Amino acid sequence: MPKLTRWFIKTALVYLILALALGLVLASAGIFPQPFSVGGLTSVYFHLFMVGWVTQLIFGVANWMFPTLNREAPRGSETLGWATYYLVNAGLLLRAIGEPLLASGGAALWAILLVLSSALLVIAGLAFLVNNWNRVRGR
Amino acid sequence: MPRLTVWSIRAALLYLLVGFTFGQLMLYNKGIPINGALWRLLPAHIEFLLVGWIGQLALATAHWIIPRFRGGVYGNLKLAWLSIILLNSGILMAGLGPVLNTPRWVVLAGRIAEAAAVLVFAIYIWPRIRPLGQEP
Repeated sequence: MPKLTRWFIKTALVYLILALALGLVLASAGIFPQPFSVGGLTSVYFHLFMVGWVTQLIFGVANWMFPTLNREAPRGSETLGWATYYLVNAGLLLRAIGEPLLASGGAALWAILLVLSSALLVIAGLAFLVNNWNRVRGR
Repeated sequence: MPRLTVWSIRAALLYLLVGFTFGQLMLYNKGIPINGALWRLLPAHIEFLLVGWIGQLALATAHWIIPRFRGGVYGNLKLAWLSIILLNSGILMAGLGPVLNTPRWVVLAGRIAEAAAVLVFAIYIWPRIRPLGQEP
């Protein structure tokens, strides 16, 4: 299993744990008093699960299992692969921090975090597409 | 990788990019409001990423990876292609309907097409799901 795949999959597992823990917090919000506001956390919960866990797991397995490109660069550009990893995780973390803070009436700084997060995530998607488009091919 | 898988995974990659872009626009709008109408992208964002990206990638990979019949035969490929065409028509109708403000039956027709696509795919792939070494 390539190093990048291992990082994608292990990070995806961490996000799965985080998403389920957050789901627990959200489920207990109406039952137990919370020391903080849970506003904005539902969206974070969905994205930790669907982007952090599911999509990142797919990115990792695709990097490993898609047909190789050529002998020199079997998995496409290593740089683009790692860029996808860092961009998707940075984008997701910024969102997970910025969204609840903005929902609880935070400063303009949190709004800027969301804008930055949105840009990082879309560039991550583009980097993955560009790096894998030619690996999706017939024999 | 068979031709249907190539087309289907490439379509899934495009849905990933468009779905992320719609999400980006809404998230930007959440941080710095530019236009409230951007929230109309939410159904397309969800449809494209859940069904177009993840769902389609799973079906395309199943077509590729699940054991084939003797001689490398995939089965009834017409059914497989019908399924992928129905799925993508459904995703576009159900996803873009609310964005383009189409009549509600368009979204309903899209969802019916998606359900039919999965049913057709299940009928197509069913005989290939069997114990190791057992040839049908």
